[in-house]
Amino acid sequence: MAVKDNRLNEFCGGFLSYFFPATVSARRAITPRCALAPLFFILTASFAWGQAEDKAIPILTGNFGTFSFVTGGQNLIDTQINPVLLVPLGDRWLIESRAEFEGQFQRPPGGGPYGGPVNKHVDYAQVDYIANPYLTITAGRFLTPFGIFNERLYPVWIRFLQPDPLILPIRTAPSDGAMLRGGLPVSANANLNYAAYISATSIGIASVDAERHVGGRMGFFFPGPRLEIGGSWQRTLQDARKNSFGFHMGWQPTKLPLSLRSEYAHAFEGSGYWAEGAYRLSQVRFWQKAMRRTELVGRAQQFFVGAIGADGDTALGLSSTNTREADFGVNYFLRDGMKGIFSYGRQFSSAGNFNQWSFGLAYRFLLPLGRTGAPQEAR
Amino acid sequence: MRTAAQWAALVALLGLSLAAPILARSSAAKKDASGAAVVHASDADSMRIDGEKRFHANCGRCHAAPQKFPPRIMATVLRHMRVRATITDEDRRLILFYMTQ
Repeated sequence: MAVKDNRLNEFCGGFLSYFFPATVSARRAITPRCALAPLFFILTASFAWGQAEDKAIPILTGNFGTFSFVTGGQNLIDTQINPVLLVPLGDRWLIESRAEFEGQFQRPPGGGPYGGPVNKHVDYAQVDYIANPYLTITAGRFLTPFGIFNERLYPVWIRFLQPDPLILPIRTAPSDGAMLRGGLPVSANANLNYAAYISATSIGIASVDAERHVGGRMGFFFPGPRLEIGGSWQRTLQDARKNSFGFHMGWQPTKLPLSLRSEYAHAFEGSGYWAEGAYRLSQVRFWQKAMRRTELVGRAQQFFVGAIGADGDTALGLSSTNTREADFGVNYFLRDGMKGIFSYGRQFSSAGNFNQWSFGLAYRFLLPLGRTGAPQEAR
Repeated sequence: MRTAAQWAALVALLGLSLAAPILARSSAAKKDASGAAVVHASDADSMRIDGEKRFHANCGRCHAAPQKFPPRIMATVLRHMRVRATITDEDRRLILFYMTQ
């Protein structure tokens, strides 16, 4: 649509001609502007809402990490930043998105300075509508709720050990579609949580073709013993229409500063499990100031190659042979949201056994994008 | 052999069947105009204690306890956590109350 009334355009300070250019070439370039316009409107409206009423405000949060992974004698420097943008709208809407910028640098085999790729991608960009206390409707690109690691434990400031679990790539590529999810108390002692989703064009990982799938996850959380158990299911909607399933559990005993988690996954491309624990040394009676900040962590895991074969597994980021791995480590919390990490692991497979060392720093940041209200006492 | 549309309909039906009975229950909840539960001064202490208990039980499932942030930030964080961690609405409300006291 061209603007014919120049007087109106001049009155608007050229605003109309910016969004409604007269020439064809200019119209072709309008797409990014049209994408920016609603974003601008959303942010402005959200800021206005937050300023006018004592409500939620947009925030920019996320995490930063820099690590050194020494695998079989080869050093890899991994530096990443994962910003998360949260924009609440009114009482029921939330727009949320997470991007990942990750640089992985190694020395070339012949020697020389460190170099390597910097990967950039959007993990999720979704709109959530809280329909009622028990149902949230999500649309867009979202993290696939298969197991719990991908959705809840992935950020570097949360995970106990920095190396990914061997089974993480199983059925966890981002989904593009719609999801229903929520949590509700089913009795005084138990909460039910659920997620059901359909993905139209999951992008997949690396060279793996896009696919359509449908799936769900259901779990029960018992607040008394702090025990969570659940299961996941997913079915591809093309080709052989394969089913995948998994189980997860988490337990934080009330009398010990201990946290235990585990997952099992079974799919066409392979199966396996991991079990990990973290013990905070807050009950140790000596060097209490340092000990309460120290956490001992460990993980045992196993992966079995599936029917897809070694080449397919490698393309997905899975191991090409049956693999076992044990990891141990120490996390030291320097302050809230910042921890130093150190771990040692050993991997066993028919392709060869090797040691895996890691050390580094993980940090969580949070920036308000609006007026925050009265300051609260920090704990 | 079901088509994608049939699967979508199945998921939607599942969601609606889950939502229908609880929609009826939710209308009975006691709320003020802004949607927040009415809090009487006498209830504040018990809500704070209950909120702290739920905070440790729910948030500790994934991560170490964070510091308290200003109320408007906490409101956004808790809305995000409600979706991400599928915590119940009651847990979210009580944790928000505790974290903003």
